[in-house]
Amino acid sequence: MASHNQKSPIHRAAGKGRRLVASSAARADTCPKLLMRNAVLYGDLPALRHKYLGIWQTWTWADVAETVRAYAQGLHDLGLRHGDTIAIIGTNRPKLYWSMMAAQCLGAIPVPVYADSVAEEMVYVLEHAGVKMAAVQDQEQVDKIFSVADRLPALKAVLYDWGRGLRDYEDDRLHSIDSLIIGGRSHFQKDPRTVTALDDLIEQGKGSDVSVILYTSGTTGRSKGVMLSAERCIAAATDSVAFDRLDENDQVLAYLPLAWVGDHYMNYAQGLVAGFCMACPESADTVEQDLREIGPSFYFAPPRVFENLLTRVTIRMEDAGSFKRWLFKTFIGIAKTYGEDILNGKPVPLGGRLLYALGNLLVYAPLKNVLGFSRIRVGYTAGEAIGPELFSFYRSLGMNLKQLYGQTEAFLYVTVQPDGEIRADTVGPLAPNVEIRLSESGEVLFKSPGMFLGYFKDDERTAETLTDDGFIKTGDAGFFEPESGHLKIIDRAKDVGKLKSGALFPPKYVENKLKFFPNIKEAVLFGDGQDFATCFINIDLTAVGNWAERNNVSYASYQELAGHPEVYDMIADHVTGTNRSLAREPLMAGAQIKRFLILHKELDADDGELTRTQKVRRGFIAERYAPLIEALYNGTTLADITTEVTFEDGRKGSISARVKIGDCPVFAPDTGKAA
Amino acid sequence: MTVTHETIGKGEVLLAVDQVSLSFGGIKAITDVSFDIRKGEIRAIIGPNGAGKTSMLNVINGFYHPQQGKITFKGQTRSKMRPSVAASQGIARTFQNVALFKGMSTLDNIMSGRTLKMNSHFFWQCFRHGPAMAEEIRHREFVEDIIDFLEIQAIRKVPVGKLPYGLQKRVELGRALAMEPDLLLLDEPMAGMNLEEKEDMSRFIIDVNTQYGTTIALIEHDMGVVMDLSDRVVVLEYGRKLADGTPDEVKADQNVIDAYLGVAH
Repeated sequence: MASHNQKSPIHRAAGKGRRLVASSAARADTCPKLLMRNAVLYGDLPALRHKYLGIWQTWTWADVAETVRAYAQGLHDLGLRHGDTIAIIGTNRPKLYWSMMAAQCLGAIPVPVYADSVAEEMVYVLEHAGVKMAAVQDQEQVDKIFSVADRLPALKAVLYDWGRGLRDYEDDRLHSIDSLIIGGRSHFQKDPRTVTALDDLIEQGKGSDVSVILYTSGTTGRSKGVMLSAERCIAAATDSVAFDRLDENDQVLAYLPLAWVGDHYMNYAQGLVAGFCMACPESADTVEQDLREIGPSFYFAPPRVFENLLTRVTIRMEDAGSFKRWLFKTFIGIAKTYGEDILNGKPVPLGGRLLYALGNLLVYAPLKNVLGFSRIRVGYTAGEAIGPELFSFYRSLGMNLKQLYGQTEAFLYVTVQPDGEIRADTVGPLAPNVEIRLSESGEVLFKSPGMFLGYFKDDERTAETLTDDGFIKTGDAGFFEPESGHLKIIDRAKDVGKLKSGALFPPKYVENKLKFFPNIKEAVLFGDGQDFATCFINIDLTAVGNWAERNNVSYASYQELAGHPEVYDMIADHVTGTNRSLAREPLMAGAQIKRFLILHKELDADDGELTRTQKVRRGFIAERYAPLIEALYNGTTLADITTEVTFEDGRKGSISARVKIGDCPVFAPDTGKAA
Repeated sequence: MTVTHETIGKGEVLLAVDQVSLSFGGIKAITDVSFDIRKGEIRAIIGPNGAGKTSMLNVINGFYHPQQGKITFKGQTRSKMRPSVAASQGIARTFQNVALFKGMSTLDNIMSGRTLKMNSHFFWQCFRHGPAMAEEIRHREFVEDIIDFLEIQAIRKVPVGKLPYGLQKRVELGRALAMEPDLLLLDEPMAGMNLEEKEDMSRFIIDVNTQYGTTIALIEHDMGVVMDLSDRVVVLEYGRKLADGTPDEVKADQNVIDAYLGVAH
């Protein structure tokens, strides 16, 4: 079994090292300099935790600094130099975070890659970034890389964290991360001059250098490598750390993909700036248990995570005894009435406060404890719109959940909601030091402290994204609400279309409304240039499966459940509900859904239907399911479709199905009566 | 994992079955079968239903006592061996129908595989104190290693009765591994699994073999899996040995094709 290096003895920077650290504390403009500063300021405080063999292992900032320095030396000995790129592939594990830090010590550029990408997808990024090395989690990733190695001429070394199954691999390029760290340590011992040489390398790092390249998930076409500079990353993180008053006593659970800007900003950059502790889950499957054990004080999750949690809570409550169900329902009702007002500091009658306190004792506190949300001081959600119901559910429990709007290119905040100005339907006022302007077409343009340097090896698209005076085009259409000054995002600017009647067609806006029903997992709307709007639905297997179990509906597969007449009735109800709510908004009333169908398979990133961050790739889906869209508009009630599917191991197969099409009533604007 | 007896080198005979016959009343389950298992190899036993494969495993781990023939394990020859002796000698197994303690957690099930390695006095074990506590911590560490190895951290505390079949099989493998066996007998480790679960299980079997150096004898019906995994294959039919050799030899054997494999389409 791979020898997991546990707590290593603390080596304090001494002599010249200490002076270096003290001087860099004043002007820490790169991540490694921040790390060295933290080793002095917070030396004995936890920097990283990882659950291994069932026990939380902890590394202090001093431990991390020592290990990263040794690792950096190991990488240097292996030939990694300033300006080289190194891919980081795997789940959130300390050694992969160290890989980023160690590379940055040498001025090399880490390129985190989505670990669940299939080899074919991965090779594009690795090739484009011209990676010289790759630090990966395990055999699975090693196999993927070696399977495409002939297309990566620059690749000199593959470093792995977890050695299981790799014992018989004979490839000179393969090294364990442990061996590099040990090698670095012994090099330091043999030749003390290397210690100062490494100090010099760290010191030579410039804030204007590229610190990391984050590849966007690519909702449209090939992903782009967003280059971020160290000083801008640090400037942005410093602003947001101050905004939410984060400090070295906070703790987060790092469970989001390393390649996503959310993890790199919220955890990595903010962690280095604030000096808080980042806990890595034991495995991807244990995140929920780990969350409960760690009890983070700062938490960030896309709305999808909150949705899933609520779905699970709801299902479990439905299975509970009648007294418990009554208790839950009653006190959640009380929380809905008073909870948000209490959190927002508004006046609440004494009776309400007492009831809420009782509810907290009986329901809210235990529930938050089970979810791992007991200690959350600041929680954020972003990436997609969050349902107002969902949002206020968590807030009414007393959890300080807020929204922000940001982009990889902005790194990260563009707008953010300060405490006390929380709304479900806006993304908040400007974040500190951000400038926003709306273009004539309503597109949001911004300048932010963390803004990117450009796309890697892609000046053309960089130029397309920037305005002449240096603002970044978000591609999102939005407007400022006059009374509050909050930004409201409508949709991707290019997705907002018009129906034949000239009525506005904002697909995402409607899809989000649909997705607020727990039974609907995903929805894709069509209608640009058509007479009316139609949509594809993916049912949520957990929620609908539970419903089926309780209603004696038997099914053998997703496909069968999706085609069940009673499921169609249920979804038709949801679509009708959505139409009714759209009818109440004069601007959106035209986008009501006349016909829908439930897809026979779940949309999947492996099939290219979703991005790796689980966003719908509209154009691709429209192409792939063209016969179904045709059927939605030509009045038939059944349509046949055959699609290719990719299994998790990359093999391909095909499934065919006959899909039913459902009809829904639409409502006249504002009246609520059937048209 | 430490192997207790290093006297037998890799590639030497670890277990030899010599002219073994087993019958229940008038029914002959095994007739005059001989083969051996060499240290460090993956040895498959295949054959049609009722060929005597599971009976063979039961003979090897002492659950059945053959009427004729000898079994030599680690150089010691015996005709009868009780299962408890087999277990303490380093033979562990999993079952065709999962045989776990359904009400106990994954962790406790795997811990139960360590029973034979526990030495502290019953008195201390009752109070979970003193030497018993120190010992439990040591064994827990070992078990956690297995949990990590089999990637079942997420179900550590879940009662196994609640787990899907594929995971139960994995827990059962974990319990067998907890005995630090010299010889691991797997009875249809992949029965009833889907492709993905089979691939995972194959991976684990190979890893157990290469990483821990454990000798493995397995019964399996999925020929793709058998031919990929095993170093040597023995084929049984109606209690008799039909063929014995490397996967390629067995695949080419006309008797085996006629009796079991059939003709490739």
